[in-house]
Amino acid sequence: MIPYGRHRFPGKLFVVEGTDGSGKSTQLMLLYQWLKAEGYPVFLSEWNSSPLVKDTTKRGKKRHLFTPATFSLLHATDFADRTEREIIPPLKAGAVVLADRYIYTAFARDVARGCHRAWVREVYRFAVKPTIAFFFRAPLDVAIDRIVSGRPSLKYYEAGLDMGWAENPEESFTLFQGKILDEYDRMVSEFGLTQIDATRSIEAQQREMRQLISVHLENRRFKSK
Amino acid sequence: MSILKTGDSNPNKKRLFYGTPLPDVQDEEYGGKLIVIEGTDGVGRSTHIALLRTWLESRGHAVIDTGMTRSVLAGRGLKEAKTGHTLGRLTMQLFYATDFVDRLENQILPALRSGFIVLTDRYIYSAIARAEVRGMDANWIRSIYEIALIPDAVFYLRIDSAHEVVGRVLASGRGFDYWESGMDVYPGLDFHDSFIQYQTQLLKVFDRMTDEYGFHVLSASTSVRRLSASLRRAIIRVIEGDIETPVTKASRTLKNASAVPDIRDLPRTG
Repeated sequence: MIPYGRHRFPGKLFVVEGTDGSGKSTQLMLLYQWLKAEGYPVFLSEWNSSPLVKDTTKRGKKRHLFTPATFSLLHATDFADRTEREIIPPLKAGAVVLADRYIYTAFARDVARGCHRAWVREVYRFAVKPTIAFFFRAPLDVAIDRIVSGRPSLKYYEAGLDMGWAENPEESFTLFQGKILDEYDRMVSEFGLTQIDATRSIEAQQREMRQLISVHLENRRFKSK
Repeated sequence: MSILKTGDSNPNKKRLFYGTPLPDVQDEEYGGKLIVIEGTDGVGRSTHIALLRTWLESRGHAVIDTGMTRSVLAGRGLKEAKTGHTLGRLTMQLFYATDFVDRLENQILPALRSGFIVLTDRYIYSAIARAEVRGMDANWIRSIYEIALIPDAVFYLRIDSAHEVVGRVLASGRGFDYWESGMDVYPGLDFHDSFIQYQTQLLKVFDRMTDEYGFHVLSASTSVRRLSASLRRAIIRVIEGDIETPVTKASRTLKNASAVPDIRDLPRTG
């Protein structure tokens, strides 16, 4: 097992992070289209997407079986599967891997739920350190507005209703997202996250990302053509 | 580091957890007893647990038993993941940890609080041994499991050599199991040779852990009757409080674990 920060792969890993509704998935999709058009071998990997773990996650969510610790560990299991199958192999082959949410999502959510900071970081020590981790920062009210207006109802765990902070889903969600944002803010310096102002126009954010990424892509041997 | 503060404030207080307890888990004394039966595959753990359970109940103790992949949350998913050929090494360790914590929080701790005797078929030690044999970082896997409760006693049913259990595995009628044979670890070998190699490596790790975690070692090379009698004698002492909680050297190991460089201090990749 190679610990965080010690992997040496020819490929590049770019990840997007941020609270729900910060616009990070949109930005990642635009990046994906651009890199493909430029001829790079590029792979997308999404949070919570392992086929091995999917049924268990569904079961836990549906029947409200999770505690903060099992929620944390099952997501780590999911992430381990993605690391072993979708992240490390393409990086070894010299490809570009784009990840929608990464370990920082777990650090933010699990700590907001009361898991110990040091323990959660230790659990994820096998993770590959990203080439760049973008953190899309939007003020809390903007993010909450985008989510609440875009969905019919908030889900139980998404709203943090398992914590019993508030009975009203929107109120609970707001409290939960506030704690998550606090955790992200402290991780900016801890992990060297690259902050993107998510209140700017989509085009401006994308231009900034492409500029930052292209520095790492100068090496021609990544190109497939 | 903050992960190790449990018990430091009051040296007279019995330490309940290897490290910091889980969120929401109170560091409180409980009335029950947590008794672990450990050992490699085929040594007779489940036979002895069944015998002990009946015996303890006949003596008037309330008993629950638990074991790996028996959690409500992750048991089924983990078993399904093991039927395919896509379960990676890291993923496997964390899936087992999820299963363990679900059982710890929802079966083991509530039962202990209610004064039950909890008999567990394997505990964190088997999980650690399997991870180590699969090349996982020894400190990493220990840190994950430092949220575990320190048992009142760990009985390690020990055999001298993996060859001893080959016959039992065959006699069970189900033949060699892919994972018990470590086929994922030694893909070039046939089932028999892989089983011997894998179980031999596990035995080595268990021997190292004997001191580290204060196992009570009982020979499993003897008859079921004799081993059962030894277990009963020892368990009576646990119930009467004559056996010390096996914390001895484990605390030192966990201190080493947290001395591993913090991930934030490691050099950054470009």
